[in-house]
Amino acid sequence: MSTPAAPQPASYEAVIGLEVHVQIRTRSKVFTRVAAGYGYEPNTLTDPVVLALPGALPVMNRAALDAIIKAGLLLGCEIAPVCKWDRKNYFYPDSPKNYQISQYDAPVCRGGSVEIELPGPARNLMGEHKRIPLTRIHLEEDVGKLNHGATESLVDYNRAGTPLMEIVSEPALQSGEEAYAYLTSLRATMVQGGISDCDMEKGQLRCDANISLRPVGSTTLGTKVELKNLNSISFVRDGIEHEIRRQRSILERGGRITQETRDYDGMTGTSQSLRSKEEAHDYRYFPDPDLMPVVIDAAWQERLRAECPELPFDRQRRFLADYQMPFTQTSVLVWDRPLADYFEAVVRLGAAPQAAGNWIINDLRRELAAAGLDPAASRVSPANLVALLRLVDSGAVLNAAAKEVFVEMFATGDSPDAIADRRGLRAAPTDSGELENWCRDAIAGNAKAAAEFRSGKDGAINALKGPVMKAAKGKANPKVVDETLRRLLATG
Amino acid sequence: MTSSTTPLHYLSLAEATAALAAGRVSSAELTDAVIARAEAVEPRLRALLSADPASARAQAQASDARRAGGGSLGPLDGIPIGLKDVIAVRDQPLTAGSRMLEKFISPYDATVTRRLREAGAVLYGRHNCDEFAMGSSTENSAFHPTGNPWALDRVPGGSSGGSAAALAAGEALATLGSDTGGSIRQPAALCGVVGLKPTYGRVSRFGLVAYASSLDQIGPFGRTVEDVALVLQAIAGHDERDSTSVGAAPEDFAAALAAPSAPRRLGLPREYFGEGLDPEVAVAVERAVTHYRELGCEVREVSLPHTPYCLDTYYVLATAEASSNLARYDGIRYGHRCAAPRDLHDLYFRSRAEGFGAEVKRRIILGTYVLSSGYYDAYYLRAQKVRTLVRQDFLRAFEQVDALLTPTSPIPAFRRGEKANPLAMYLCDIYTIGANLAGLPAMSVPCGFSRAGLPVGFQLIGKPLGESELLAIGHAYDRVHQWGRRHPNL
Repeated sequence: MSTPAAPQPASYEAVIGLEVHVQIRTRSKVFTRVAAGYGYEPNTLTDPVVLALPGALPVMNRAALDAIIKAGLLLGCEIAPVCKWDRKNYFYPDSPKNYQISQYDAPVCRGGSVEIELPGPARNLMGEHKRIPLTRIHLEEDVGKLNHGATESLVDYNRAGTPLMEIVSEPALQSGEEAYAYLTSLRATMVQGGISDCDMEKGQLRCDANISLRPVGSTTLGTKVELKNLNSISFVRDGIEHEIRRQRSILERGGRITQETRDYDGMTGTSQSLRSKEEAHDYRYFPDPDLMPVVIDAAWQERLRAECPELPFDRQRRFLADYQMPFTQTSVLVWDRPLADYFEAVVRLGAAPQAAGNWIINDLRRELAAAGLDPAASRVSPANLVALLRLVDSGAVLNAAAKEVFVEMFATGDSPDAIADRRGLRAAPTDSGELENWCRDAIAGNAKAAAEFRSGKDGAINALKGPVMKAAKGKANPKVVDETLRRLLATG
Repeated sequence: MTSSTTPLHYLSLAEATAALAAGRVSSAELTDAVIARAEAVEPRLRALLSADPASARAQAQASDARRAGGGSLGPLDGIPIGLKDVIAVRDQPLTAGSRMLEKFISPYDATVTRRLREAGAVLYGRHNCDEFAMGSSTENSAFHPTGNPWALDRVPGGSSGGSAAALAAGEALATLGSDTGGSIRQPAALCGVVGLKPTYGRVSRFGLVAYASSLDQIGPFGRTVEDVALVLQAIAGHDERDSTSVGAAPEDFAAALAAPSAPRRLGLPREYFGEGLDPEVAVAVERAVTHYRELGCEVREVSLPHTPYCLDTYYVLATAEASSNLARYDGIRYGHRCAAPRDLHDLYFRSRAEGFGAEVKRRIILGTYVLSSGYYDAYYLRAQKVRTLVRQDFLRAFEQVDALLTPTSPIPAFRRGEKANPLAMYLCDIYTIGANLAGLPAMSVPCGFSRAGLPVGFQLIGKPLGESELLAIGHAYDRVHQWGRRHPNL
C-alpha cells in the first residue's frame, strides 16, 4: 500500500543584520567634561549635564568624533562632510533628558564593509573570506543603568553620556557562524584602531540581531525578529542559530512569524518575547538646537587616516606574501597588534620571519601570559631577540640552552650574549681540535659500533654520539658532532 | 533726577557706579535700599519669587571691602542686580515659575551668573515669570501673578514680568530676563524700562532653563540704554559651555554710546503698523520717529513680507523644542514627584500632570504633535523654511537701513485676566517674535505714556551682532527723554 508523497518542505535561508553598539574609549563623556569610566561608585561620574539639570547644555567632545571618523576610515565608509545631531525622544528612567542625542538622517559614516573569515577546512588552512556591507555608523550617547530590586528600581547614571557608536550592517549575514566571524573581525578592528576596548562584559560592545527566514531563491525579506541581550560573541552565534531553528520549525509547520523583540538567554539557550511591534515608538527625531553642526574637512580626515593601522586581514595577506610564513603563524600574529608590531620590528632587524614567528608565538607569548603582561611591556627588545636568533643560527647557543637564555632575557632584559656567558650556556667551540679529539676517543672506545656503521648500519653512529656529548658536557652542537663523526669514520 | 535727589533704589546703574567710585555711597547702602524697597512694595507688587537678603548683604560687604582695598571690579561692582527665576544661581532656588521646580535648588551657577559675580555685582532677588517662560503676562506663574508698578491691577507683561516690574519699582538697579519671543522687550515696554534681547548666541545660555533653545536669549533690563549697555558688557561673550554662543570679538558697548552719532537710516516695516495697533501706542511711537527725524536720521518705510507667518512659525518651532526640552522634568531625579506612584507610567503621568500648568501642557502637546511621524514635514520642516525666509526679509531690509523701528507691543499693559483666550495672549508678541526667529538684536526703549498713565515703548531691531550700533541709536533718543527714569506712584 502506498501513501501519497508528503509535500516537500520548503528550504529556507536565513537573512541576518546586526546592530552593534561600541562604546568609544575617551577620557570624558561625549557632551560634557566629566570622566567616562566603568566600575565606579554609582552616580559619581555625573554633573549638571549628565543629570540633565535645568539649564545644562551639551558640548561635543571632539575625541569622540575623531574615533567614529577613524572607524569609518578603517571600514571603508563614506564620511559625511558635516556631523549633525538629532534628538531621539522617548521616556525611560535610564535616559536623563528623556531624549537621546543621536544622529538620524545624517550619520557620520555610510557604506563600508567588514571583512570576515569563515572557519577553514582545517585549523592550518585559511577559510573563505567575505565582505559584509555596512549600512551606516552613527554617534550617540549611552544611557544609564537600571538596577531593579524587589520593590524599587535604582538608576546609576555613570554610563549615561558615554560616547557610543551604532554600527548597522546590511541584512547580509546568513548564519550564526558568520555573525561570530563578523563580530570577531569588527572587534579586532576597533581594538587595533584604538577606538574601543570592546570588552563585552563591561558592555563596551553590545549586539542586537535582526533575523528573518525566506524560501531559498526568494528576494523579498521575511518577517524579522529582533534578538536582544546577546552578551558574548558565542551567545550571538548560538542565539542566532537558535532563532533560525525556531523560525524554521514554525514555517515548516505552516505557521507565521510574529514581528517582535526576543530576549535570548545564553545560559539556558532559550528565548522569550519582550515586546511586539505594536508597542514601537515614534521617536520624534528633530535636529538638536543646542549643538551646532561640525564640518569634517579633508585635512581632518587625512590626519586621522594617518593614525589608522593596517587591518588584520590586510596584514595577514602581506605576511603570507612577504614573509612566506605558515598560515597558522599569521593567524596568531595579526589579531594581536602589539605582538604583530613586535614581530615586524624583529624581522626588520634582519631575523628570519619563520624563526622569529616561532619564538614570538611560542616563547614570548608563554612568558607574557605567565607574567600577565602586554607585548609592549616585554623586556625582550627586538634587537636582543634578533641577537638570540643569530646565536642559535650560528650554533653558538644550542636550542635547549637558548630557551633558558630567553626566559632570563624576559626576566632581566639583558642581552642574550651576556646571559649565555654569565650562565655558561654557550655551545662548545666547534672549530677547535677538542671536539675532534672527543670524536676520535669515542670511535676508538667503541670499535664495534664503528665497524657496524662502516658496514652500512647508519644508526650505529648514535652509539658514538653519547660519549662525545658527555665529554662536551652537553654543549656540543649535535649537528657538528654528527658531521665530525661521519668524516672521521669515512677517512679513518 | 540727579543723584542727590533720587532715592538710592531709583538711581541709574551709571549714577550708582559713579557714586560708589566717588565714595558717596557704599554697596551696603545701595543693597539695603533695594532690600528695604522690596520689603515695602512686595506685598502689593509680588515681583519676587525668592530673595536672600543675607547673601546680598554679604556680597555688598565684600564689594565694599574690595573697593576699600583699591580693587574695584568695574562698573557693576557693588550694584544690586536681580535675576529672572530661570537663571541658575548656585545654592539658590530655581523654579522657572513652576510647581515642578518649586523645591529645586540649583547646585551650579549659570554662565551669566558667574560673569556677574566676576564683575562684582550683588545678586539679589529671583523674579517671577510665566511658567517656563511661556506667556506674555506673568499670569502663568504657578505661584502668583505680579502687578504692573504703574497700575497694580494690570499685568507687567511677560514672561520676564517680574524682572521688569522689580526694576521699575526699585527692587534692583538692573535685572536680567530671558527672551524667546519677546519676553524681555514686551514687559520692558509695559513697565516703562529699557530691555534688550541680544543677538542669538551673544550671551551664553548655559544655566538658563530652556524653553525653546534656538530662540532663547538672556538679556538685561535697565532704566536707561546706557545701563543696559553696561550690563551687556559684563554678560556677553563666547562660552565654551554653550555650543551656540558666538565667538565675536569683544566690543566696548558703553563706549559705543559715546561715539558721535552719525545720522542713521531707520526703517519702518509697514507690516508692523497695521491692524491691531493701539492708537495711543501708535502716537507715542510716531513721536519717537519724529525725534529721530529731528536728529537728522533718514526714515523710510520698508517691507518684511513674511511677517504674517511669524506667529505660526514661532508656535511650531518653539513648542517643538519645548516638548523635548521639558521632557527631563519627569519626577525621577529632581523636581516634583507625585505621591505613592503605582508604577513608572503612573509616576510620569501624575508627576507631570501635577507639576505643569495649563499653558505648559498646551505647548508640550502642540510641540509633540508637530514633531510626530507624518506631521514633521508639514509643520516643523516647513516652519524652519519660513524661518529662513523671515531672516532673509530682515537682512534684505538691512541693505537699505541701519535699524528697524517698530512698536514693541501692540497695546499697553492690560488688566489681569483680560486675555483668557490663549490666542489673544499670543498676539501680544506679534512685533517681537520676528527678531527671535531671525536671531537679531532688538531693544525696547520707553517712549512715553498712554492717557491712562501706562508706559509705551518702541522697538529697535538691529543687524546680527549689531548691538553697538543698536545701543547707540537707542541712546540718541533715550539720553534726551529718559522715560525710564520716571517712577511709578507705588
